Amino acid sequence: MKQKDSRSGLKYNLIIFLRLQKFLLPYKLDMILVYGFLGVSSVFVLVIPALLGKAVDIIQTQPNLESITLVALGIIGSGILRGMASYGQAYYSQAVSQKIAFDIRNLLYDRFQRQSFSFFDKTPTAELMSRATADVEAIRMLISFAILRMVQVAVLLLMVTGILFSKNWQLALVTLAVLPFIGFRTTKTSRRLRPIWLSVQEGIAALSTILQENLSGMKVVKAFGRETEQTEKFNQQAMEVYSRNVAANGEQAANTALMTFAVYIAAGIQLLYGGSLVIEGTISAGDLTSFIFYLLTITVYVRMIGWLGNVLSRAVAAGERIFDILDLEPEIRNLHTTYPNVIKSGKIEYDDVSFNYENGTPVLEKISFSAEPGETIAIVGATGSGKSTLINLLSRFYEPTNGEIRIDGTDIKKVPLESLRGNIGFVQQEIFLFSTTIKENIAYGKSDASMESIREAAKFAQMDKFISSLPNGYDSIVGERGINLSGGQRQRLAIARTILLDPKIVILDDSLSSVDTETEALIQNNLKQMIEQTTTIIVAQRIASIYKADKILVLDSGKIIQQGTHANLIKQDGAYKNLYQLQLTNQNGNLSTAADSNISEPLR
Amino acid sequence: MMMSRGGGGHQNYDGWDNSELGSVYNHKIFVRLIPYIKPHKIQTSLAFLGMLSGTLTNIAIPPLIGFIIDAAIASSSVADLWFLSILFFGCVTINSVGTYLQSYYIAKVAHSMLVSIRTDLFRHLQKLSLKFYDRQQVGRLMSRVVSDVEQIQQVMTGGIIGSAADILSLVGIILVMFSMDWKLSIVSLSVVPALIILAFFWQKRARVAFLAVRSAISVVNGTLQENVSGVRVVQNMNREPENMKIFESINGSHLDANLKASRLSAGMFPSVEIIVGLSTALVVSFGGWLVIEGTMGVGTLVAFGLFVQRFFDPIRNLTMQYTELQRAMASGVRIFDLFDTQPSIFDSQTARPINNMRGQVSFNNVSFGYTQETTVLDKINIDVSPGETIALVGQTGAGKTTFVSLIARFYDVTEGQITIDGVDIREITMGSLAAQTGIVLQEPFLFTGSVEDNIKFGNPSATKDEVVLAARTAGIHELISQMPQGYQTLIQERGSNLSMGHQQLISIARAVVANPRLLILDEATANIDTQTERVIQSSLKKLLSTRTSFVIAHRLSTIRDADRIAVFEDGKISGLGTHTELLEASKKYRDLHSMSYLSDESATLT
Repeated sequence: MKQKDSRSGLKYNLIIFLRLQKFLLPYKLDMILVYGFLGVSSVFVLVIPALLGKAVDIIQTQPNLESITLVALGIIGSGILRGMASYGQAYYSQAVSQKIAFDIRNLLYDRFQRQSFSFFDKTPTAELMSRATADVEAIRMLISFAILRMVQVAVLLLMVTGILFSKNWQLALVTLAVLPFIGFRTTKTSRRLRPIWLSVQEGIAALSTILQENLSGMKVVKAFGRETEQTEKFNQQAMEVYSRNVAANGEQAANTALMTFAVYIAAGIQLLYGGSLVIEGTISAGDLTSFIFYLLTITVYVRMIGWLGNVLSRAVAAGERIFDILDLEPEIRNLHTTYPNVIKSGKIEYDDVSFNYENGTPVLEKISFSAEPGETIAIVGATGSGKSTLINLLSRFYEPTNGEIRIDGTDIKKVPLESLRGNIGFVQQEIFLFSTTIKENIAYGKSDASMESIREAAKFAQMDKFISSLPNGYDSIVGERGINLSGGQRQRLAIARTILLDPKIVILDDSLSSVDTETEALIQNNLKQMIEQTTTIIVAQRIASIYKADKILVLDSGKIIQQGTHANLIKQDGAYKNLYQLQLTNQNGNLSTAADSNISEPLR
Repeated sequence: MMMSRGGGGHQNYDGWDNSELGSVYNHKIFVRLIPYIKPHKIQTSLAFLGMLSGTLTNIAIPPLIGFIIDAAIASSSVADLWFLSILFFGCVTINSVGTYLQSYYIAKVAHSMLVSIRTDLFRHLQKLSLKFYDRQQVGRLMSRVVSDVEQIQQVMTGGIIGSAADILSLVGIILVMFSMDWKLSIVSLSVVPALIILAFFWQKRARVAFLAVRSAISVVNGTLQENVSGVRVVQNMNREPENMKIFESINGSHLDANLKASRLSAGMFPSVEIIVGLSTALVVSFGGWLVIEGTMGVGTLVAFGLFVQRFFDPIRNLTMQYTELQRAMASGVRIFDLFDTQPSIFDSQTARPINNMRGQVSFNNVSFGYTQETTVLDKINIDVSPGETIALVGQTGAGKTTFVSLIARFYDVTEGQITIDGVDIREITMGSLAAQTGIVLQEPFLFTGSVEDNIKFGNPSATKDEVVLAARTAGIHELISQMPQGYQTLIQERGSNLSMGHQQLISIARAVVANPRLLILDEATANIDTQTERVIQSSLKKLLSTRTSFVIAHRLSTIRDADRIAVFEDGKISGLGTHTELLEASKKYRDLHSMSYLSDESATLT
């Protein structure tokens, strides 16, 4: 995602900028309105100073109440028109920018949802969040303010310059001399401030991380008595943020003061020089008045230049990051020709399947095996031997680098994802629950499930009794805002929500490790009954959990080194026999804790 | 006041007031903020001095311009023109310097306060006991320390001094206007009540709208975050279309809230422009008449024109600051509520450090419940000799983890007494207890930082050799050495670049480096595979044999290895003894045993 070198440069930035403009296309009409209002309000911004000058002249030269009243009415009229126009401009530009932010967020959300697991493996959540929040906001700012303001600043500057020069070029020069300086200074300062503000942001993020870790890991902090050190660490980071903040604020304060000073100096020179021109009779007092008002009016806009540059560069950077995501075709998607209803009985075939990480490290090498409908396949092997990857390929969470996986004879690539995943009940190793009710969590894959079937599923997973004992029962909220579930309870909820889908194929990825032995026995029993009709893949580390399987695959460094039934495998010398003996000796009273007797399947 | 309408969707999960707005002035909060301002007296004074000179000169500028115009026209005196212009330059210089002083020093003071309040809060949070954390969400506490403190800082930076400047400007402008021409003043100021009423009503409605936007965006972000974190389940369960629908509707309500707020904020412009235009017109017509009459100079007219243009800003600022101040007060209440939460566990006056702990642990009639109504442990009695290893077995929820938490004094007993070497643990300083107690938790928690720093967490002065030795003991040295940066490899947030098993091994190493007299392992090897566990077996055994240990495990071999086994059943110890003894005496133990044991079937396979 980051090939900075080839992508910097004016041309590239311009492309991003133009692509951003495409978001405006659906809102063409609104934009025409916005620019119309902008034109009107810009004109009236300048009409008022002119009228004020006019009033002064009238009073000076041909005092007559009627014309003054006329000017006064003119001022009120301009105020009203300018007000209406700025309402239109402000509202429609805000509205368009909000609608675009809405569109971009939806697009991003859709893209996020369809990426493969490898995408999420390498992209932290915080990174994606910042694209959907800060980057979208940066683009919104560009659309709602910056583009408009840029046009407005340019228009106003041109108009004012024209008016001033037409009246008195010397005074115009004196008045406008300060503007380039202001524009230059603000641009320079905001360029210098940007990295400082960025470092403030980074500092705050680091501070939050310390805080968050400390709060989440409070038990560890307390267990080791590290309170003082942690406070010191926190304070150090807070001081770091402080010094960056003060630096940024100092720079900004100095700049603001300098800018104000520059404008006032210009006004002073204007008064001094313009005043002497009035004395000489070259210009009228009214002209001088409008000059002063013009200067004060356009200064506000000129000072925006630096800020505009900032918004623009932020938006282009943000646009780049957003297009990175939007341009990213999901690696795994439906083919053009798919066969929706091919999964009938649940026969699984892996044919020479290999999988490599992006950097080329092989994870699985030439895996071949098959499972008949209703069979149970067990996979054993050490951590990192590729067990999880192997089963993740079946749901197409990852795409094999080589080889083919077939269900009921059809390459899974040709099965629509919805139908594929809908037929596979996959209980993942790491359980993620959503912060909503227990009921909705169980019905997560089938939101129209009846309360009865939800209860059935909970009973299956031995959770019904517990859930019913909660004050709010099935409506209890799970997670940070609600009840905390233990690891075993979470696993059981995950089983319940999978069972509810009534899948043809069940995959259990070490899914009962935190459930206590007695409860596990009950769930296993239920599973066994169901397993009669479903093809099942169980990943486990313990022989006791799997020895009854129809076929056991022993995985080592991404290869199947042995396969067969338990009875066959223990007769051969090899990894399985070693593992078996290791676990068995431990059972026989050896002092080691190596074998795990927390057997996942009661073998009675 | 007025808080109930704000935003909606604020629920009190933690019994705290989470409303966005408080009363505008809360004496208690101000009093408690004073100590944080005190150390910065000089800087605060400088800021106020800057504000004062900045505001006063700012008021002086329009009349000066008026005088210059009058001087130039009426008396046609070049000398006056020069004199007044120099005065003008002096004025603007003071103005700029004042503005600078104000914004620089007030930011400095406010940010210093921010650091002090945050650090104090952090320190305070460290003292609060786990009972407190059981009830709190991390996110909520985070927002106290981050957003609420920032709110106060922002009001300090802009609000207080800014409001003072605004009030000063208003008063100053009115005074100067009246001293210049009272008749024109009355006429041109006649629009001010309209401005104030407008600002007030607008602010009231805008506040509601903006709060609605804030809560809408937090719902959008929350949904997004959860779906990105849970994307594996979403895909697994085919929920994409459903979720897209939900997200679109949430995103849509955010858009609606925003459009409503936009209408309001845009609506402000025309009203203000019209009122200011009206006032300017009044100045021109009535003032023009005065000039024609000869009672007033044309310069005064220009000055009034300038004044009217800058009249509305302070009024709008003040109404906006009013809301900010309310929000800051609400934040202040929450912050000081947190400060006022007393830690339920702390060193008593008579507590003494325990040195050279032998490791004799006794529970005398100990009962405990997380809440008053529930009892998790019921009259527990056990005596553990120094060096003994006790295995705790029983079903989930039987009270094993609670039992060991009490030894570490994460919680205080409800009844009874726990003694270590004969001393009640409530009479032992918490620091010395923690220093000699090592605990490996069920869920390993690692901190961002290097692997080495994590292993040294409990004993930062440990040497590299000690760290390596500990890593070897935990069987993780090989793996660490293979990492690209070895012991300096950075662990990502929550250890996400390590497998669960490896995280557990590192947390075992962490406990080893601390070299505690009392060691607690709470299912410390649950996620470690058979082969690895085999490797660390003997070193773990050595570790356990030299100190008093409590081991929670499901694995029979670990259990059988212990000197004694305590069988937990519904918060009671229903059996205590060796494996053989318990097989005879405890039905529960026999049950557990047969459940988790390879039975006859496999025996016949050999």
